[in-house]
Amino acid sequence: MLAVRLLLDQGIHVEALNFFTGFCVEGHTHAIRKRAGDRPKRNNALWAAEQLGIKLHIIDVIDDYKDVVINPKHGYGAHLNPCLDCKGFMVGKAREWMEINGFDFIVTGEVIGQRPMSQRRDTLPVVARESGAFDRLLRPLCAKLLPETLPEREGWVDREKLLGLNGRNRKPQIALAERYGFSDYAQPAGGCCFLTDPNYTSRLSDLWARRGDKRYELDDIMLLKVGRHLRPRPHFKLIIGREQGENNFLSGYRREFTHLIAASHEGPLVLIDGTAGGDDLILAARLTARFSQGRDCARVTVTVTDKTGASRQLDVTPLPNDQIRPDWYL
Amino acid sequence: MSHSELDARRLLCPLPVIRAEQRIAGLAPGDTLDILCTDPGARYDIPAWCRMHGHEIVATAQDENGELRVTVRVGAAS
Repeated sequence: MLAVRLLLDQGIHVEALNFFTGFCVEGHTHAIRKRAGDRPKRNNALWAAEQLGIKLHIIDVIDDYKDVVINPKHGYGAHLNPCLDCKGFMVGKAREWMEINGFDFIVTGEVIGQRPMSQRRDTLPVVARESGAFDRLLRPLCAKLLPETLPEREGWVDREKLLGLNGRNRKPQIALAERYGFSDYAQPAGGCCFLTDPNYTSRLSDLWARRGDKRYELDDIMLLKVGRHLRPRPHFKLIIGREQGENNFLSGYRREFTHLIAASHEGPLVLIDGTAGGDDLILAARLTARFSQGRDCARVTVTVTDKTGASRQLDVTPLPNDQIRPDWYL
Repeated sequence: MSHSELDARRLLCPLPVIRAEQRIAGLAPGDTLDILCTDPGARYDIPAWCRMHGHEIVATAQDENGELRVTVRVGAAS
């Protein structure tokens, strides 16, 4: 927001781009869970663009992004976050959009030293080079610490009115936000990508390990965001809704997975991802019962429905808590 | 003037907005589009996107299952 605002102050026409990779945290967990939450479930990029009075284009890069996640040239960060490749990819997409739509240069909110991988003095030029943006990439928040770019040399942008911020400290940005009257903005330090989340990436690693190769579809990575994931056997795992919003979301996948739900008690919708035979279904039913309101009852009736829609009922004893091995949880 | 429908049910935001932008790019000013959504965030996101791109929200209706139908009239300044 701040980088754009600095350019708007110079009378420059700016339109914003937001790339949807499928791994964006924002919105999804809120949309699935806490339906009755007190905050409106807005898209932060849309909200920010509206505050700035500019157009926002949200661009689907789900398919193109797969190669970034699966084969990052610069490797991963602490988890499965390919931050430097990701930045180069997104700026490259912005460059393509700029060229198609007749814009002159690209602006990002990057600051030298703000992030340990993708925003270092030595990696900022990598982003400019690998994206193909070169000197058409302007970072207004730290421009004074970087070589002049084309828009500065051409006089389209007044370099003197740009900033020289650096480092991880966000106080200057927060002070500037206050000066501009931005009182409500997205959390500044990461957390916007599931690929930085240890629990999520553990599930993604499990998905790849079971498939024997690193590939995914959008539904795969969406389902990794939802529910408890337990793998009691190598050949199947259970996805267990944690609350009504998640159960509703998972119910959209009922035709693609064998699923279970307690019939005699309130309980979660449970999807089986993998191949589950007779004993496996009993175990899945006992786990379904365990996570239902009948967890302390002697018997719980569980309905099992396969992908064809055929249902049957199993009367099972809920699996005792001490028989749920911690390593089943993904 | 044409009228069409976009099924964005089960899609989580921002996908309904992305699909709407893709569809509207092929429509003419004055055409109308019904967007069907189940993500509660679409109630805010689609109108916000329409406001900034010069499209008009003609109607918004929600059924008893929470399914949202947003009717958009395509503006001239897309």
